[in-house]
Amino acid sequence: MAGGATSTEYIQHHLQNWTYGKLPEGYTRYDGTVLGESTWTSAHSYQEAKDMGFTAVHVDTLGWSIFLGVLFLFIFSRVAKKATSDTPKGLQSFVELIVSFIDSTVKDTFHYKNRMVAPMGLTIFCWVFLMNFMDLIPVDWIPTLAANIAGGDHFFFKVVPTTDPNATLGMAIGVFLLMIFFSVQQKGLIGFIKELTFHPFAPPTKGAAIVLAPLMIAINFILEFVSLIAKPISLGLRLFGNLYAGEMIFILIALMFSGGLLFGLFGGLLQWAWAVFHILVITLQAFVFMVLTTVYMAMAHDNHDESH
Amino acid sequence: MNINLTLIGQTLTFFVFVWFCAKFVWPALIAVMVEREKKIADGLQAAERADKDLELAQKKATEELSSAKEQAAAIVDQANKRATQIVDEAKEQAKVEGDRIVTAAKAEVEQETNRAKEALRSQVATLALAGAEKVLGQAIDAKAHNDLVSKLAADL
Repeated sequence: MAGGATSTEYIQHHLQNWTYGKLPEGYTRYDGTVLGESTWTSAHSYQEAKDMGFTAVHVDTLGWSIFLGVLFLFIFSRVAKKATSDTPKGLQSFVELIVSFIDSTVKDTFHYKNRMVAPMGLTIFCWVFLMNFMDLIPVDWIPTLAANIAGGDHFFFKVVPTTDPNATLGMAIGVFLLMIFFSVQQKGLIGFIKELTFHPFAPPTKGAAIVLAPLMIAINFILEFVSLIAKPISLGLRLFGNLYAGEMIFILIALMFSGGLLFGLFGGLLQWAWAVFHILVITLQAFVFMVLTTVYMAMAHDNHDESH
Repeated sequence: MNINLTLIGQTLTFFVFVWFCAKFVWPALIAVMVEREKKIADGLQAAERADKDLELAQKKATEELSSAKEQAAAIVDQANKRATQIVDEAKEQAKVEGDRIVTAAKAEVEQETNRAKEALRSQVATLALAGAEKVLGQAIDAKAHNDLVSKLAADL
């Protein structure tokens, strides 16, 4: 905990990403200087980060997520290159354990021919797990180290990418785009539109009731569109919410460390207990994200016209 | 907690990672695992086959053994029979030979006896005459008594 800061500042500081973005012309910086022209720079205060708007990047989120993804792919591709069909040893058996677990899970829910879905499940599971795992590293270690290297308390550094809604919603958008892509690929554009408009209430096609058809289609579309949009949003926010809450509790527990020896020891015990519980949470959330992605992919491949 | 370009960056990163995994990681690992599965299945099948082969071989060996035993018993039986036969034959032969020898010996003895008789017969006249001369104290006309003596000798 940064010396002298209040609890609120401490928490706020921990919840702010390292934001690198564009500040507009004539903007007054944290230290009172006025920018002569629009500048790309790191935000030095919460207000600056906010004022950067959409034209900003969370360097820590992207950095950690890319680092962890590359780490995962590096380990797995190295094992894949050296893999033998004889008795697997050490790392290979561990990797194969994960691969076969993902493979059977995906096969349980996804019964179509698609060479993308199972590898995507593996990528999501391992990547999200690693990103979540950063939550178990005591909250002050890496940010303090980074602040010392960068030199300055204003340096924001968040270690867990999945506590940033940009990261989780970013992945959810990726899943959503693939969902739409496979839907259109499998059912055609017409089929996809029909799926959005002709279900769940089939509009009448003959007789006097045909005047009701546009209304039915409109109702169907509203229902289906909301449920379509709800999928990626719930997917992203579920992961974010769980990890954000977990991170928040770690931060609150970390506050106790400044409250003397007794409080510190109690905080240590609490941190340990919460970390143990959190092992379950991070694994479960990674698994849920993977399973839901697979289910959405299966739904995208599922042709209603054939099953009806 | 602001939404910004990170969102798009994360989406792109996601696609790149998924593409890399689907291209370089997943197929290689799955191929290896499928190959091992096949190897194990083949191995199990081979083991089963070997098991069956072993069972068959054992059965065959038992059969062979029992047939060999039978054969051996038959051979021993035959040999015994043959031995008895040989012994019988030998006995028969020995008997025949013995008979033959006995017969020959008997014939020889008879011959010898006959020869001795013959010799005796030829000398009996002389002996009888000599005896009679001694008894009578005088010579006996050999010619006169020759018939008598010859008759005597023929009776012997």
